[in-house]
Amino acid sequence: MKAGIVVFPGTNRERDMAIALRAVTGRDPAMIWHGETALPDLDLVVLPGGFSYGDYLRCGAMAAHAPIMAPIRRFAEAGGHILGVCNGFQILTEAGLLPGALLRNGALRFLSQDCHLRVERGDTPFTRNWHVGDVFRAPMAHGDGNYIADDATIRDLEDSGRIAFRYARPDGRVDESDRQTNPNGSIKAIAGVLSANLRICGMMPHPEDLVDPLMGGEDGKPLFEGLVEALVR
Amino acid sequence: MSGTTGQKPVDEALAREFGLSAEEYGNVLSIMGRTPSLTELGIFSVMWSEHCSYKSSRVWLRTLPTTAPWVIHGPGENAGVVDIGQGLAAIFKMESHNHPSFIEPYQGAATGVGGILRDVFTMGARPVANLNALRFGSPENPQTRRIVDGVVRGIGGYGNCVGVPTVGGEINFHPAYDGNPLVNAMTVGIARQDRIFLSAAAGIGNPVVYVGSKTGRDGIHGATMSSSEFDEDALAKRPTVQVGDPFVEKLLIEACLELMATDAIVAIQDMGAAGLTSSSVEMAGKGGVGIDLDLDAVPQRERGMTAYEMMLSESQERMLIVVHPDRTELARAIFEKWELDFAIIGHLTDTGHIVVRHQGRVEADIPLDPLADQAPLYRRPTAPAPAPEPLGPITDPVGIEQALIRLIGCPDLASRAWVWNQYDSTVGGQTVKRPGAADAAIVKVEGTSLGLALTTDCTPRYCRADARQGGAQAVAEAWRNIVATGARPLAVTDNLNFGSPEKPEVMGQFVAAIEGMGEACRALDFPVVSGNVSLYNETRAPDGSSVSILPTPAIGGLGVLDDVSRAIGLAMPREGTVILVGATHGELGQSLWLREIHGREDGAPPAIDLAAERRNGDFIRQQIEAGRVVACHDVSDGGILVALAEMAMAGEAGCVLLAPQSGMRPEAFWFGEDQSRYIVVVSDAEAFAAAATSAGVETRVLGEVAGDGLTLPSGATISKARMKAVNSAFFPALMDD
Repeated sequence: MKAGIVVFPGTNRERDMAIALRAVTGRDPAMIWHGETALPDLDLVVLPGGFSYGDYLRCGAMAAHAPIMAPIRRFAEAGGHILGVCNGFQILTEAGLLPGALLRNGALRFLSQDCHLRVERGDTPFTRNWHVGDVFRAPMAHGDGNYIADDATIRDLEDSGRIAFRYARPDGRVDESDRQTNPNGSIKAIAGVLSANLRICGMMPHPEDLVDPLMGGEDGKPLFEGLVEALVR
Repeated sequence: MSGTTGQKPVDEALAREFGLSAEEYGNVLSIMGRTPSLTELGIFSVMWSEHCSYKSSRVWLRTLPTTAPWVIHGPGENAGVVDIGQGLAAIFKMESHNHPSFIEPYQGAATGVGGILRDVFTMGARPVANLNALRFGSPENPQTRRIVDGVVRGIGGYGNCVGVPTVGGEINFHPAYDGNPLVNAMTVGIARQDRIFLSAAAGIGNPVVYVGSKTGRDGIHGATMSSSEFDEDALAKRPTVQVGDPFVEKLLIEACLELMATDAIVAIQDMGAAGLTSSSVEMAGKGGVGIDLDLDAVPQRERGMTAYEMMLSESQERMLIVVHPDRTELARAIFEKWELDFAIIGHLTDTGHIVVRHQGRVEADIPLDPLADQAPLYRRPTAPAPAPEPLGPITDPVGIEQALIRLIGCPDLASRAWVWNQYDSTVGGQTVKRPGAADAAIVKVEGTSLGLALTTDCTPRYCRADARQGGAQAVAEAWRNIVATGARPLAVTDNLNFGSPEKPEVMGQFVAAIEGMGEACRALDFPVVSGNVSLYNETRAPDGSSVSILPTPAIGGLGVLDDVSRAIGLAMPREGTVILVGATHGELGQSLWLREIHGREDGAPPAIDLAAERRNGDFIRQQIEAGRVVACHDVSDGGILVALAEMAMAGEAGCVLLAPQSGMRPEAFWFGEDQSRYIVVVSDAEAFAAAATSAGVETRVLGEVAGDGLTLPSGATISKARMKAVNSAFFPALMDD
């Protein structure tokens, strides 16, 4: 699998993502500068976390208009696989590549803590190494992760199986109204969503920061291992 | 020469307004041989401020030990540099931003983080961890909530955005910090030992380059403000507080590190306190050269700025670099790629003067040697503090169980999760022990087996009772916290926060604290490699008198693990024997038990025997290295039972406790704050005890791991759920969250 990580001014989790990808692919991912107007030959494009352009406008709003986004759109249209984590998820929604938006956390404070995610479908390139209902741990670190979309969009996402992950208790129970379980107040406790072709995934928590027992666990590793298996050529 | 740039005439009255004494102004006149211009007076006043010149503290700071075989650069550079092995160096420093954080808590704290980050990456290090030592006023004070909220948001807002994990620190509350909170920010970075950058300028004719943000009118005379007491007009000083832009800082870090990978840089320094003035004066002064600045070339955010304003501006996220002339365009290309301002604003000369030109006029022309050499240096009068009265006989009015519950819920011991959870502690993917998981935060050095152990420590109430003991204790506790993770302590940075040096009793505290710190540093081979002094931490009491903060010599400690996978935490494991290491005499003077149960802050602080400290700590580290210890926690605030409660709350199990030491009152055993002690959990208690005996270290079995709470010798069990509920209540209640 050839992976590339897009670096915007203010991106700050590109190194974490590179470590996770290197761990499963055995090689360095390409680092792609935001000002580029073409992508190298890739199987996976990753938009990592951070504060692109300082996030002084809406999170991700400036990055969605960066030069690199034009070839990324073409990559998506051609059926390419894209993972957006945290700021990367925000950028994908701002770019219209994923539905919905991410508002300020319900408690109006930055949240840096572990959360538990329940896998909502297990047959996508991002989730194939889990089963539906599996629960895994991931660190979250964001101020704007409160997922929202209009009723019709939510219905469509649910009906078409495009919710990838939900915030849950360690035992898998989902409780949208419980601040412990659904810390940022996301609608339907949605933590990650998929595009219609299931090839673009956006999520707020950071699986890339939990791929080494030394850092507290390998809960995030199945996501990257699954991508390698799905995208090997 | 223009002496009339501003509206006011330059005279002794204006010099006083700028914070210079009559005598200091007299020295300015004799150095210059004429009346200085407004810009020149501004340069003298900030360079000779307490903040920049350390005029009251320098003679005492020199007494601290600063060398060891592993120290690469001690005090005098932008930050301290120590050898951590494998050709790498850790670069670190702690610095205060106290005054700004009272006036405008968010920006004060945010720019504190930004400033200390620059001190570290200016030396060539990628910042890998931030810590913060915070002191707030009484929780009952209506201002406290506003200040806590702003400071925590500010630290998070800046650190989270630049992508440096905030991994540790400490928080105290005390009425002595009402109106004068302490915000001490520490940054740790990693660099290759052969790529460390210093600030001494060299090469006559070499260009002087300005990079980063544009210069505005913010922060003018910030260094002077930080060098005076607060008065009722403190909040009117808001314009002297700088405004931070962490996004630009992030770009600046990446651009500087990219430039540092080339051979373009001769010298580099950030523009911190006193901005362009201190950076240019210090770089030229250290290099023994002159410097000419052309202010017309300085990138400016506002129109019509005068030379005086530009030289004294403390606008954030700016650096000054001397580059090799044939690498100027390479450097420009890097900064343009990162969309940062880049301007050649001057060059080095052989005149030995700083010459500042603006709009065709020479606005300042000052000889650098006397500006540095004749900077004021004071040996201020000191008054010795009376020795604290030992604590007399005392009763236990509430019992052990109730006392524990009250202690773990009190402001100084309550869970800090509400604060930590607003700081990104995992960015970078190297955080091995997050806040609260071990006595020191553990951060892996990417791409190696090395780990850094990081902590900040100080017990201000001990320092007030006995500044010498308190100074020693702060160093010893930092050392102990590093040892408890299995790391080898290397060096410290100090952040000395005190009241007005013009009060003999405050100077007495200052001198005594430094003596105590020096003793501990020497006994523990734990030298001071960088630091910062913050004086004039005073507020006005309602009756008009000036009230000093508690003496607070905050210590930032750094240690290294050759194999980071061997680091241990404090969480109670599922099984094992719980053993106390170190002697217990039941010292309740200045203890939190005394304060929380009796409402008293008296007695002598616990004594420190530095030889025992060293012996116990070396023993603990050897046992951890040998793999004989499963968990370890030092015994500090609140004593043994609080330490056990912290281990149980962080862990998977509790503990069934044996009876306390005979011949000692139970509360003195469980809550005494005797120093140099650790609680360990081991799987082979006999082997551990035998090793201790042969090392001459006292141990005592406290109990066995069992259940999920603490079972007291009385048979009563305090469940983990109950402890956690009490422990986690304080911050959300204070902050109404």
